[in-house]
Amino acid sequence: MNSKEGKELICIVCPNGCRLNAAMGEDGQLSVTGNKCKRGEKFAQAELTNPTRSLTTTVRTSFSTMPWLPVRTDGEIPKKLIGDALKELQSVLIEKNLRCGEVVLTDLAGTGINVIAASDL
Amino acid sequence: MNKNAKTYDVTVIGGGPAGLAAAISAHEQGAHVLLIEREDRLGGVLKQCIHDGFGLLRFGEKLSGCEYATRFMHKLEETDVEVRALTFASRIEKTDEGFLLSLIQSSGFEQVKSKSLVLATGCRERTARQVAIHGTRPAGVLTAGSAQYYINILGQLPGKNCVILGSGDIGLIMARRLTLEGANVLGVYEAKAEPSGLMRNIYQCLVDFDIPLHLSKTVTEVHGRERLTGVTVSAVDERMNPIPGTEEYIPCDTLILSVGLIPENELAESLGVKISRATKGPECNQDYETTVPGIFSCGNALHVNDLVDYVSESGENAGRAAAAYAKSGHEHRLKSVEVKTDKNFGYIVPSHIDLPAKDSVPFFFRTSKTRGRTRVKAFMDGKEVFSKVFAGLRPPEMEKIEIEAAKLQGAGPLQFTMEVDEHEQ
Ligand SMILES: Cc1cc2nc3c(=O)[nH]c(=O)nc-3n(C[C@H](O)[C@H](O)[C@H](O)COP(=O)(O)OP(=O)(O)OC[C@H]3O[C@@H](n4cnc5c(N)ncnc54)[C@H](O)[C@@H]3O)c2cc1C
Ligand code: SF4
Repeated sequence: MNSKEGKELICIVCPNGCRLNAAMGEDGQLSVTGNKCKRGEKFAQAELTNPTRSLTTTVRTSFSTMPWLPVRTDGEIPKKLIGDALKELQSVLIEKNLRCGEVVLTDLAGTGINVIAASDL
Repeated sequence: MNKNAKTYDVTVIGGGPAGLAAAISAHEQGAHVLLIEREDRLGGVLKQCIHDGFGLLRFGEKLSGCEYATRFMHKLEETDVEVRALTFASRIEKTDEGFLLSLIQSSGFEQVKSKSLVLATGCRERTARQVAIHGTRPAGVLTAGSAQYYINILGQLPGKNCVILGSGDIGLIMARRLTLEGANVLGVYEAKAEPSGLMRNIYQCLVDFDIPLHLSKTVTEVHGRERLTGVTVSAVDERMNPIPGTEEYIPCDTLILSVGLIPENELAESLGVKISRATKGPECNQDYETTVPGIFSCGNALHVNDLVDYVSESGENAGRAAAAYAKSGHEHRLKSVEVKTDKNFGYIVPSHIDLPAKDSVPFFFRTSKTRGRTRVKAFMDGKEVFSKVFAGLRPPEMEKIEIEAAKLQGAGPLQFTMEVDEHEQ
């Protein structure tokens, strides 16, 4: 039933990359060890329920000097929606100059998260 | 010599994150600065690093590589640093007043003078020639950095079915990128018994996408005439020699090499700068001045960093020191103290300290192998000047420590040691 062993995770929140062990107790409470800070606990909780990731990719532009613009989500989206998100971004074409940080697409795959330019264009 | 040559206080060679930081900090010290970049855009390798995780230490944000570089480029735009892109420093000579640089640029050949130099030329990737693989040389064998360039800059997928050799960070990042772009990554093969990339990259680039990591295995042969058709992988023993009978054939059209980075120091060597065998970059003091007075080094040209935040920090230090040197030469120096380590260290930077040192001196080191709880100590003239416990050390993870300059006043050398911490369970 309840695995006392727990799950081995690597926290990806900061460069420390702590090795976490997350075990669900009989009371339904998650116990996390190996984390150097509180954010590790939150990360483990999310990993076991609804893992999220930020997404970085490129979108097409109409400029020959820079045919692909690097972009990223301005927050994390559920891991399971990454495929849908990529599909949506495939149809984007940037036709005007942008500054790094400007919004390229809003509400990616219905997540409420925006996609921003990661470079000047 | 050209009498009309333009003169600068500081010339920075290389417009990656190290060079950008060096140019900005030299400018902030009041120096007249020239920044030279051989490519058409500034940013160095970061131009093609679209993944995030950059700048957590400096900005407290997870930026993508290009975004991180853009922040510095915006800052540079506010200065009067003279930037010359598409300019290659082909030759540098030492003169009585400083240095004479020969520049090749679209407008032609030009010579300029500079009182000091910052070499921020980055690193290059090890290629197939530097690893022992038998067989033909078909298309479809490329470095992880080239694959990154194809996908992120040109928008082209280098192949459909890919094998990755080496578990370095760029290879791991590319495993994820290739997968997201629709390629099939069959596996990552690592000759060593442990991965050489950061654990967080193994987790978010391989585990997330169910890409298998095969340790103690390497590619021993490539097959195919014009285009790669497959590779042979073999298990290796502790000495990395392939074990006969373990060969396995894997059909694939692309082999991506992620087998390490080497500091780029052709210019430095031509100037007589002494290169460290441990780091493959110049030997240097705490200001990142090389063994040739007035020549400073920073970023991946100095030693291969795993966090760009430290690359920028080294650029800032080198730029500041180069500006000070241009202004008034060296301050009076008492002596130079060698920095030594025991065999447990992969390397440590700097290689020596010129006393008197100011404020606190940062040291960057790597362990030679994976260790559990470890105490790192430093001694000078038999006195302990530093002691700290690390929960664990891994070769891919560079560590930074600082020692107060006031403690570094002995006759030297400064000796670093590692020992298993007593509290180890
Ligand atoms: C392919 C690759 C991918 C990488 N990916 C990551 C990553 O994902 N995360 C990470 O933290 N680090 C990564 N690194 C390490 C990365 O290089 C550093 O984080 C950082 O970019 C190093 O900065 P730098 O300024 O020292 O070197 P670079 O960014 O390499 O910049 C050096 C610059 O000098 C220029 N130059 C060299 N010689 C001359 C000359 N003679 N004249 C004029 N210009 C010259 C080059 O064109 C280049 O623009 C990667 C390295 C490589 C090679
Ligand atoms: S637990 Fe805290 S310190 Fe450890 S990797 Fe996560 S965020 Fe960083």
